[in-house]
Amino acid sequence: MTDFIPNFWQQIEEPQAWLIFLFPLGAFLVNSLIIRPFFNQYSKLSGWITVVSLTASFVLSVYAVGSVAANDGRSIGWASHEWVEVANFKMTVGIMMNSLTALMLLVVTGVSLLVQIYSMGYMKGDSGYSRYFAYMSLFTASMVGLVMSSNIVQLFVFWELVGLCSFLLIGFWFHKPSAAAAAKKAFLVTRVGDFGFLLGILYLFSQGDSFTANNLNPLEIRDIEKAIGLGTVISSSVAGWIALGFFLGAMGKSGQFPLHTWLPDAMEGPTPVSSLIHAATMVAAGVFLVARFFPLFEASPVALDTVAIIGGVTVVFAASMGLVMNDIKRVLAYSTVSQLGYMMLAIGVGAPGVAIFHLFTHAFFKCLLFQGAGSVSHAVGGTFDMRYMGGLRRVMPWTYATFLIGSLSLAGIFPLAGFWSKDEILASAQGQAGFIPQAVFGLALIAVTMTAFYMFRVLFMTFEGDYKGGADADPDVESHAPSNTPHESAWSMLGPMVILALLAIFAGFVANPIVNLGAIPEHWLVHDFLHESAAKFNLGIAAISTFAAILGILLAYLMYVSKTISAQTVVSSVRPIHTVLSRKYYFDELYEDLLTTRVFYRGLAGALDWFDRCVVDGLVRVIDNFGRNIGRLIGQAQTGQVQSYGAVLSGGVLVILGVLLFLK
Amino acid sequence: MSLENFLLVGAILFSIGMYGAISRRSAVVVLMSLELMFTAVNITAVALSRYVLPAGLIFDPSTTSDLVTRSLLTGHVFAIFIITVGAAEVALGVAIVIMLYRNRETVFVTDANQMRH
Repeated sequence: MTDFIPNFWQQIEEPQAWLIFLFPLGAFLVNSLIIRPFFNQYSKLSGWITVVSLTASFVLSVYAVGSVAANDGRSIGWASHEWVEVANFKMTVGIMMNSLTALMLLVVTGVSLLVQIYSMGYMKGDSGYSRYFAYMSLFTASMVGLVMSSNIVQLFVFWELVGLCSFLLIGFWFHKPSAAAAAKKAFLVTRVGDFGFLLGILYLFSQGDSFTANNLNPLEIRDIEKAIGLGTVISSSVAGWIALGFFLGAMGKSGQFPLHTWLPDAMEGPTPVSSLIHAATMVAAGVFLVARFFPLFEASPVALDTVAIIGGVTVVFAASMGLVMNDIKRVLAYSTVSQLGYMMLAIGVGAPGVAIFHLFTHAFFKCLLFQGAGSVSHAVGGTFDMRYMGGLRRVMPWTYATFLIGSLSLAGIFPLAGFWSKDEILASAQGQAGFIPQAVFGLALIAVTMTAFYMFRVLFMTFEGDYKGGADADPDVESHAPSNTPHESAWSMLGPMVILALLAIFAGFVANPIVNLGAIPEHWLVHDFLHESAAKFNLGIAAISTFAAILGILLAYLMYVSKTISAQTVVSSVRPIHTVLSRKYYFDELYEDLLTTRVFYRGLAGALDWFDRCVVDGLVRVIDNFGRNIGRLIGQAQTGQVQSYGAVLSGGVLVILGVLLFLK
Repeated sequence: MSLENFLLVGAILFSIGMYGAISRRSAVVVLMSLELMFTAVNITAVALSRYVLPAGLIFDPSTTSDLVTRSLLTGHVFAIFIITVGAAEVALGVAIVIMLYRNRETVFVTDANQMRH
């Protein structure tokens, strides 16, 4: 099965696995503790340090994938290390190296490495150059730590670190109020999900007794799988509640409906950050979490259906908003939300391996598309508004070519990577009996057309037609580089894009071919590596989805290139729908004006404020007044006249004397 | 002469002293009243020492004459002490009165009420 893995891939050892995590962490420490405070004039160094350490991590990750593959995709186990031990309570840290971990490591370190190389060109001359690379390496280290964790608490620590890093990077240009607000929003919205995750962990922990009765530890991820396997440790409903808690966390991180609002705003950060967040780190964490704890979800049909429904709704919901956005990065952001919906949907219909396959291919083309957007924005002077672009095909041939490949891959056109993974998802959904899988299959199919349409709308608006002035013409851009003509980007930016474009073409077919491809067996990645047998290639569905995608592309062509259909006419004929879409279904208004301002700020916080002022403070004031008045009364006796004290004293002695005599 | 007479004189002197110490405004008169109270206590101490035998000595034949002497002289020694302390007290008291007069131009104890604050 794994003949094509060369023999020199021996079993990876634990220290090497730890190094995958320690290299980026080391880069973070060097950048933040040495370069930035002491050698800031040599900040160029921090870019190199990050790239070199991530290269090392990446090589070790390839090694890890090879080792796991040579082990037939089974997990390589290392004993966990003791962290905290109090009486019966044990907490450990360790590495869980199975096929899911190894594949995620490959995606995270590989994409992150390409993003760092791209960043060296993109962030050139930024005053926070060192800080940027320090955050980026910490971000990568956290994500690597997250996927390797063998303990839920360890995983949760890295989960929160990933959230923190995305906060720091989205708000990287914190002097811009919009960036600071976006960072805060990302942090708070994901916090809502994290609360669910934490509740799930606590509920799981409360089941500790039945785990220990079977000699299992509820916080060990492997033990959870074993417990589900035994079938008697936790009941289906308990597993379902825990799974739903975990899924809430995943919804926050992966921007699933209705916690999606932070992801489009996260565009305020530097573009390479978006490309990293959207491809390999932050949002992938949510899908990874659900895939990691899939046994829990599988044990509860309700939880699985919830995942499928939320995924299916998100797919169409996000794609519909992508249709009308004018900001190139926002379209890509909604596209990410929609694609994450595909992954959730796949998990929901019981195919986590297929979801991870889509995560794998999506990482490449989405990273590529964001880098293309950054390249375009550099060329036109800093704006991301597509209405002021156009005609860039002639001046930026490399960016155009790679962007086209990315768009085709995302739209799911044969034979690019996106086609294969999206098709497996559609086939898995269609292959499941029952109303919910069939319904989400329908939603996913609708979204295929929408995806193709919005992606090619971006492509045509940006690269075709006439140039419309770039940042100089955009009234929303306040400060930008002095007006310049569009130009192709530097090779430090184009290089990673070309590599990603190649991956966006080949990653799907080579890793998971539908026929035996030389030494690589059919469906290797999903069947042999991720151990999921259900997924099959379905020619009929492939034909339908390709037709749907081409329909979308054709529509975009007719509206934005040949102008056979006037975009204005279409917009004005569906004016209300267009307004709702471009206002993002009023979710921001719902959350900010209604939920935050009215319910929380005025309602809940107002009530608590009243309680605090009137009841708590009132009680204190009553006690205070009582004491003060008593004191004032007694203070009257304090005259300062020694003689009156003396009189009282002698009077007192007389009284005592009298009492004593009387008692006698 | 019986013990009661001495105690009566002591009590009367003490009461007069106390009345003076409490009621008079002049610090000098207050000091004089204090001296009266000392005297009253001295009279009482010496009289008790002379008339009352300590309970431990009455039925114990084995006591030495030295212990008897010490027990009987306790009141007298007290009186000597009190006279000494009283002298020192007057010296100090008069000095305080003089300082009070220099600073406040008054010898009335009612005016010295800063301790209230």
